[in-house]
Amino acid sequence: MIAAGRQPLLTVGGLTKHFGGFVALEDIDLQVMPGERLGLIGPNGSGKSTFVNCLCGTLRHDGGTISFDGYRLDRVSAHQRTRRGLARSFQLPKPFRSLSLLDNLRIPLLYAVNARPGARLSAAAIEERSLQILGDVGLADKARQLPRDLTQVEMRKLELARALASAPRLLFADEAMAGLSPSEVEEILGLLFRLNDDGITIVLIEHIMRAVMSFSTRLVVLVAGRKIADGAPDEAIRNPEVERAYLGE
Amino acid sequence: MSAGRFWAVSFVVAAALLVLTRWQIQNEYFFFAGYVVLQYIVLATAWNILGGYTGYINFGTAAFFAVGAYTAVVLHKLTPVPVPVMIVAGGIVSGIIGLGMGYLTLRLKGVFFAIATLAMAIVAQTLIVNWDFVGGARGIYVIRPQHGPLVGGYIQYLYSLMLLLTWFSVAIARTIERSRLGLGLNAIRDDEQTAEAAGVPTLRLKLIATTVSGALMGMSGAPLPYYVTYLDPSSSFNLSYAVNSVAMPMIGGMTSWVGPIIGAVLLGTIQQVATVTISSALNLLIVGLLLIGFVIVAPNGIVGLVKPRHRARGGR
Amino acid sequence: MEISLDLLVNAIVAGLLLGGFYAAVTLGVTISFGMLDIVNIAHPAFIMLGSFITYAINSAFHLDPILIGVTMMPAFLVLGMAVYQIYYYAFERRGQESIQGLAFFFGLLFVGEVALILVFGVDYRFVEAAYIGPSLHFGFVELPLRMLVPFVVALAMVGLLQLFLGRSFIGRAILAVAQDRLALQLMAANPSRVKRIAFGISIATAALAGALLIIIQPVEPSIGRDYIGRIFAICVLGGMTSIPGMVAGAMLIGIAESITSTFYGPSWSPAVAFGFLLLALAVRPAGILGR
Repeated sequence: MIAAGRQPLLTVGGLTKHFGGFVALEDIDLQVMPGERLGLIGPNGSGKSTFVNCLCGTLRHDGGTISFDGYRLDRVSAHQRTRRGLARSFQLPKPFRSLSLLDNLRIPLLYAVNARPGARLSAAAIEERSLQILGDVGLADKARQLPRDLTQVEMRKLELARALASAPRLLFADEAMAGLSPSEVEEILGLLFRLNDDGITIVLIEHIMRAVMSFSTRLVVLVAGRKIADGAPDEAIRNPEVERAYLGE
Repeated sequence: MSAGRFWAVSFVVAAALLVLTRWQIQNEYFFFAGYVVLQYIVLATAWNILGGYTGYINFGTAAFFAVGAYTAVVLHKLTPVPVPVMIVAGGIVSGIIGLGMGYLTLRLKGVFFAIATLAMAIVAQTLIVNWDFVGGARGIYVIRPQHGPLVGGYIQYLYSLMLLLTWFSVAIARTIERSRLGLGLNAIRDDEQTAEAAGVPTLRLKLIATTVSGALMGMSGAPLPYYVTYLDPSSSFNLSYAVNSVAMPMIGGMTSWVGPIIGAVLLGTIQQVATVTISSALNLLIVGLLLIGFVIVAPNGIVGLVKPRHRARGGR
Repeated sequence: MEISLDLLVNAIVAGLLLGGFYAAVTLGVTISFGMLDIVNIAHPAFIMLGSFITYAINSAFHLDPILIGVTMMPAFLVLGMAVYQIYYYAFERRGQESIQGLAFFFGLLFVGEVALILVFGVDYRFVEAAYIGPSLHFGFVELPLRMLVPFVVALAMVGLLQLFLGRSFIGRAILAVAQDRLALQLMAANPSRVKRIAFGISIATAALAGALLIIIQPVEPSIGRDYIGRIFAICVLGGMTSIPGMVAGAMLIGIAESITSTFYGPSWSPAVAFGFLLLALAVRPAGILGR
């Protein structure tokens, strides 16, 4: 669902990041509109994860600007960006090992949601919300267990649940489906569609083409740290540079 | 048990212990030894706030402890104040140092942080060694008064203060453990990057942990000059404080406030007994070997052996 | 305080000689910490062990300390491999390297020091050799042989190891492990076996470093602690994995300590290396994401 005629939610201008002499991201411009489903693809090593890391604050970018909802995020720490409404799931799920699933979700509820101005959730409300989110992803029955015993797809769901628990406006799903079976991919995809219906803007970073093409309303392609395509999925995919990047010369 | 009730109940327990021991026990040696064991409970509890709860290993315990002791020395030489005031002062100075140290070093990956804490301890020791006002390398003598301010000998007085300080530190540790702060520290320990991404202000929480930990350590060091009557850098900055404050929580169990108490009582008592019966060097060997043994065999400590890993938390 | 030129030059020269020795001391940690990611803060304990064994054999049989040092190396190689085995089974396998592993080595450091105290006592021990005492003189520059000889031996050891790592099969395997553990596993080489040998080598260097130490100065068991800061300072300054970088860092620290000691007194030198370490750590841009 894309609303018409409004300001971009996320504006990135000239984003640059290098590691020593290696240029990971070069001069990337991007706008994400509220309610969009944006697909971000690119060959391995093209800088997709670095891009997400810079946007979410896990890494400091070296040049360019990032604005979210009108606020400049350039010097803002990662946890502040989460409080403002950016959330991400990690490529390799890293749950809090010593905490139950319930407590895993309590963290963002206590530290992101409750840190925002406005009504604070009580302890009971937090537990309720936590259980509800776990229910939404299908993990409610394991709420009091440790993450250690989860299957792969359950770990992915927990990652997404934790990102969800911070009540984001924009969610980066970073390779949330890697290594899953086709039916599991469908599960996660369905979840992401539902979240988008509820009003969350989603950026899907993925290698699984089928999923990206069916999910995205817009496609952005990154190759060797530069954006080489940005537009409707069918067109972007037919861009000769994109073909070259994926298939080789 | 809610935080408030724990403070009250534990205070009653501490007060009862105090009254009982002071009333019933005549042997002065008990209070000498008891002081040391209590001091170790405070050190172990303080260490665990940063080490066990947050996952940052501090090898520089001696710095905070000795700074507390030397703060008392400075006050003693400038203007005589009651020991409780010295304890507070030691806590403030060490707390500030903890804050400063945290600010400088907490951006480092865990291992570098540990080494940096060791570096700070040596730097602090070198500064004290070169400061003549507090005696420098030669050390300084402090006259211990005969009697405490109320009834009884001075050692009994120091013992009583340390018992109260022990109550205070344990109550603080448990309060942190069960609070939102504790949950945040736990998240930092499990995965700092994810915690930050989940909205936890990791730097701020870590600074709170180092400040509180350092302050408590400084408080435990403040009465030391009166206890030993001769204070010098090589004994007050002794690496055995670092080893003990690491070994006691690790052996007792790092995930709960109970662990440091168990570890400190166990190891502290063993060392007090061994110092008298065998040599003091041998008893340090025992601590080192126990540390290595437990770390290999029972990484969750004694608490971990008794309780299963999972426990329900009550964050607020 | 006026800085007299010959005092300064001698301080720098002494610092260079000291730096060469520090390179030998740090070499092992560059391997274990820089390349293998094992925080062996007990490395000074092995050096002290080397020093005391050198003392014991030298005072009993009057053998040359360097000879003793070199002869000890195979034994220390085996010792290092044994320690790595314990470390591997207890921690690396379980993925618990960081906190528990650190505590393990910390305990080892402490146990080492106390064991030496129990066996040898707290007195200073020294060795006797023909080159302890005399100095070479070039104008006003003084080169004490007791520092020059360890300097030469130290750099020889560092140079040989650098060659070994670059040219031999095992050496290159070690470098490969340092860079990419996953790639090595995919090539069906077992990283833990390579790491075991590498760790053994790092401890073997400690044997010779210990012998050199007791040539340079008398030793007592607690000296090891002063070296923790120096070793890690030099390792960090040198860029962690680079041996040439490490040597440069060692020289830098050696000169800084020597100048501080000459002009401000020896009671300040323990802080020099640690001060450098803190500065290096504070300035490193990698910060929380690691090196």
